[in-house]
Amino acid sequence: MRISKSPWLLHYDGSSCNGCDIEVLASTAPRFDVERFGIINTGNPKHADIFLCTGGVNSQNKDVVRQIYDQMPDPKVVLACGICACDGGIFKDCYNILGGTDTVIPVDVYVPGCAVRPEAIIDGVVKALKILDEKAEKMKRGEYRSLTSAEYAEKIASKDGSDGEALQEEKDA
Amino acid sequence: MASKRSVIPFGPQHPVLPEPIHIDLVTEDEKVVEAIPSIGFVHRGLEHLVTKKDFGEMVYVAERICGICSFGHGYGYVNAIEHIMDIHPTDRARYVRTLLFELSRMHSHILWLGLMADAFGFESLFMETWKYREKVLDMLEAATGGRVIFSIIRIGGLRKDVPDDVLKGFLPELDNIVEGIKACEKSFLSDPAVLSRLKGVGYLSKEDAINLSCEGPMLRASGVAHDNRTRGYAAYDDVDFEIITSDEGDSYGRCYVRIQEIYQSADIIRQCIEKMPQEGIYVPIKGFPNGEYMTIIEQPRGGACYYVHASGKKFIERMRVRTPTFANIPALAKTLQGCDVADVPILVVTIDPCISCTER
Repeated sequence: MRISKSPWLLHYDGSSCNGCDIEVLASTAPRFDVERFGIINTGNPKHADIFLCTGGVNSQNKDVVRQIYDQMPDPKVVLACGICACDGGIFKDCYNILGGTDTVIPVDVYVPGCAVRPEAIIDGVVKALKILDEKAEKMKRGEYRSLTSAEYAEKIASKDGSDGEALQEEKDA
Repeated sequence: MASKRSVIPFGPQHPVLPEPIHIDLVTEDEKVVEAIPSIGFVHRGLEHLVTKKDFGEMVYVAERICGICSFGHGYGYVNAIEHIMDIHPTDRARYVRTLLFELSRMHSHILWLGLMADAFGFESLFMETWKYREKVLDMLEAATGGRVIFSIIRIGGLRKDVPDDVLKGFLPELDNIVEGIKACEKSFLSDPAVLSRLKGVGYLSKEDAINLSCEGPMLRASGVAHDNRTRGYAAYDDVDFEIITSDEGDSYGRCYVRIQEIYQSADIIRQCIEKMPQEGIYVPIKGFPNGEYMTIIEQPRGGACYYVHASGKKFIERMRVRTPTFANIPALAKTLQGCDVADVPILVVTIDPCISCTER
């Protein structure tokens, strides 16, 4: 695969146990070293192309996740990193966990694992790069704009059934 | 005219730590006058899961209190249950547990060194230390199959044995790592540019450290010889080690203590491998726990308490964990008072915060 851009990552720890966060950092460290492709872990949402979210969403941080997502410029890709970010994982039954990242913002790539291995993260980022390129192409033609978190919330609320089912339909479509 | 105060919000999303912590820094020009931490971004309500998962499964949840000190959390919970049920794990299980505990401590301290290097802007040193951390993770993976979450411990012993030839293979690896960290130590403890960022930054006197009930390396760096490993859980009774302290009381002292503890852990692992007993790893358990117990163990960040209250049923009634970072946050607020804004990242990293432990 040819990489046409050097995407910058933004990492936010939702309510992860740290396992995935440390693996995200490890994938930028010498053994796995995604930095050699120009992929940099940035702290500023406005500089970022890929949003890497670990851990489930809870009532305290849902607005933080939304805010970070909305601040990122288009085109952007969201990566749910680890099983907790995919659907809540082992903490699904906890009273303070609302669910995976896709309960508040649209997710493009799901990377499962507990804790997710750096190889899997890199694999996910490579998939995200492809999606990023596609989105950029569509944007050039004026056909695409990503949903804001408010629009996404409306979309989820307007569909019948649980969030999970609503999302499943979206994935199929 | 009274000087103008302004509030700088720090976090929850910021580049210093991978974890969310929020601190309101009240500043006067470049000086921080007051720091108000607010926590709760990673709260999951994990302790409540004891009422939903059975007491054997709960070990895996306890491990996921934190991904960095996961083995210790699993051990703390298992230790409490084993005391309630009066189970005595075999000697081999005790030794393997101690060995894995010390490997976790090594990986946690090396990780901290890297984050510290990153906080004072020495990127290549960060990469260098993390290179050696990967070697520790390789050893953990060879022993347990996991890099950060191991799930090898269970009530009554271990889920699987670590073969002797794997253990023997650790010896040259340990020498490599110690040699590598010795090379990094030169930068941390004698490089003039690094010293200017560490010496005298975040000073905490011995009295303050005791009064604010600090834990772990934070306490030992202020000259208090306190290490819960001397209580002799697992196989710590059978190995020789001395508590490492420093009288510096500043970030330099904390750096020194943690680096020395890496060597100490390597030494304890060597002793464990040398004395490793040959017998089973698992004692079958019968029935359900009934009673309560509180245990305290030494995590990489300091003493952690585990309280379990069981009533003879499949599900436990209450579990409570008290983690070292929680105990160190008052000290953080104290050291932040009067520091430069530019030193805030160093001071936050210096307590080795583990927010997901603290908030669970």
